[in-house]
Amino acid sequence: MIRRLLSVLHARNLEFLRDRSTLAFTLLLPVMLVIGMGVVFGGPERPLFKVGVLGGAQHRPAEAFLGERYVEFVPMREQADALHKLTHQQIDLLLAPGNPPDYWVNTDSPKGYVVEKLLLAAEPGARRQPVSGAALRYVDWLFPGILGMNMMFSCLFGVGYVVLRYRKSGFLKRLHATPLNAFEFLSAQVLSRLGLIVFVTAILYVGIGAIIGFHNAGSVLLLTLLAVLGALSMIALGLTIAARFSSEELVGGILNLLTWPMMLLSGIWFSLEGSPRWVQWVAHIFPLTHILDAARAVMLDGASMAQIAPNLAFLALTTLAFLAFGAWSFRWRID
Amino acid sequence: MLAPETVQPNRTVSTPIIEVRELVKQYPATTAVAGVSFSVPQGICFGLLGPNGAGKTTTVEIMEGILPPTSGEVRYRGEPLGPRFHEEAGILFQKTALQDFLTVRQCIALFRGLYQRGLDVEEVIRLCALEKLAERDNRKLSGGQQQRLLLAIALVNDPAVLFLDEPTTGLDPQARRNFWELVASIKAQRKTIILTTHYMEEAELLCDEIVILDRGRIVAQGPPRRLLHERFAEVLLELPRADFPQRARQLPLRILEASDRVEITTHELETTLRMLLEAQVPLANLRIRPANLEDLFLELTGTELRP
Repeated sequence: MIRRLLSVLHARNLEFLRDRSTLAFTLLLPVMLVIGMGVVFGGPERPLFKVGVLGGAQHRPAEAFLGERYVEFVPMREQADALHKLTHQQIDLLLAPGNPPDYWVNTDSPKGYVVEKLLLAAEPGARRQPVSGAALRYVDWLFPGILGMNMMFSCLFGVGYVVLRYRKSGFLKRLHATPLNAFEFLSAQVLSRLGLIVFVTAILYVGIGAIIGFHNAGSVLLLTLLAVLGALSMIALGLTIAARFSSEELVGGILNLLTWPMMLLSGIWFSLEGSPRWVQWVAHIFPLTHILDAARAVMLDGASMAQIAPNLAFLALTTLAFLAFGAWSFRWRID
Repeated sequence: MLAPETVQPNRTVSTPIIEVRELVKQYPATTAVAGVSFSVPQGICFGLLGPNGAGKTTTVEIMEGILPPTSGEVRYRGEPLGPRFHEEAGILFQKTALQDFLTVRQCIALFRGLYQRGLDVEEVIRLCALEKLAERDNRKLSGGQQQRLLLAIALVNDPAVLFLDEPTTGLDPQARRNFWELVASIKAQRKTIILTTHYMEEAELLCDEIVILDRGRIVAQGPPRRLLHERFAEVLLELPRADFPQRARQLPLRILEASDRVEITTHELETTLRMLLEAQVPLANLRIRPANLEDLFLELTGTELRP
């Protein structure tokens, strides 16, 4: 069984690697997209200090400081949420009511350094509590989305159309006349595409990091595990579509029907926080949503495996379900 | 080289390697195969002939295990088709595309990897005269070269039974003869070959036994010579019309006049020749030919165009 699987895997890898135009397109598209998004959304920072004030705007803990120009004061209710924003430098300083007031400052933030001087000039007795954390730019938030989107297209269209082409050309029919079974064939396709996806994602991760830099607070190994499980789930989803049909138009239509809602609802471009509950519920049907939620939790917040375990479990279970359905409904030839 | 098929001590050469029993294949609008039964003895070349739509490709695909029958069964070495059959059967479809960008050698290696036992890739390349093409992209082969590659793939597991589905359709005469030589060399190894073809010349040259199908049913079955002998005891004499004088038209012979020639059908060749000589018919351009498989085919299946 392993020998047959490896033979098909090797042949598929050769076929892909020699298709230079497809290979180049696969590598270049996401790089260009990330650079473009970085240029468009990165931009210069606003020349304004932003200070979170715990307890809401009615608290006036440091009147002199609060009179400073060029400082925006943002009321905040939850300390944990406020500290999270401070570690990502979404605010420059966090102030708590009291006499003397407490404040938290991000020691990695140049703006935090400046705004702390302003505070201490007004409130010399304020009690300091340092935190640390790199700034979160839009491109940092976007980066996992770009990787996930590239993964989605590569898995769904790459696998779907390849299997469809094999079926239409009669190559699958010829394979059916050998001892190779559907599970072995599908496994070889999954592994071939998985290897490609992990390779391309690794190139993007390193390459984009070198070009524009990005924030990763978590484990690269955990991200790799997430990439593998995420890719497996989406490849398996692609195979369920390609398992049976013989029409490019139909398969293309179904793949578009899947990718567009994922593009819009999985949080590639913008967060779904604040959107209606039913939208969030629908979004969590898609594997891509779980990939992106988990990837952002790891990269932006340094989440552990336990914290993203529900996402990993969802991806593993959907992989098994999609593969089982794909193997069950697989057709070697055009009916 | 291909391993010659060994005959089991307790079996004879004519032991069926494949048995087809009461095979039926129905589609919503038509019955492609309507109760077909035959046996294929081991070590022969067995031909499945028939006009378009006769059911031969459906029959052979059921025999290959890639199409389920509506009813009936196919047995290989006395057992239903199973893993052993797939390990021991080699198949050349009428039309097969291979993976893009793979060389001839890589295509063969891919299929070699799918079988537990078989021939060395280099040996298969040599057997099918593909040495000079081994590093060529499989999409850049001519029709004849492509068929030789597909034959190499069919031989890669050193099969006990080889299915060839219309293997020379679309090839030029030279490539066709070249392919026949290859098949004849495989046949010499006493491999069982199951051949479907439109070309009667091909069937006559290669097949030891044939089945002629029409409208999903068998209309003739047996060795080609025996079938011809049973159906055509007569021979055909052809003469140019200009060489056939008016007085000869009075002879008690079955004469058919065409625009440029005269055809005489007879059971007794010597008597007929004597009568022609006595009538002073010049015989310098006389052509005598026995009925061939094409005559048999046309007689059994008719000459009208099939839808």
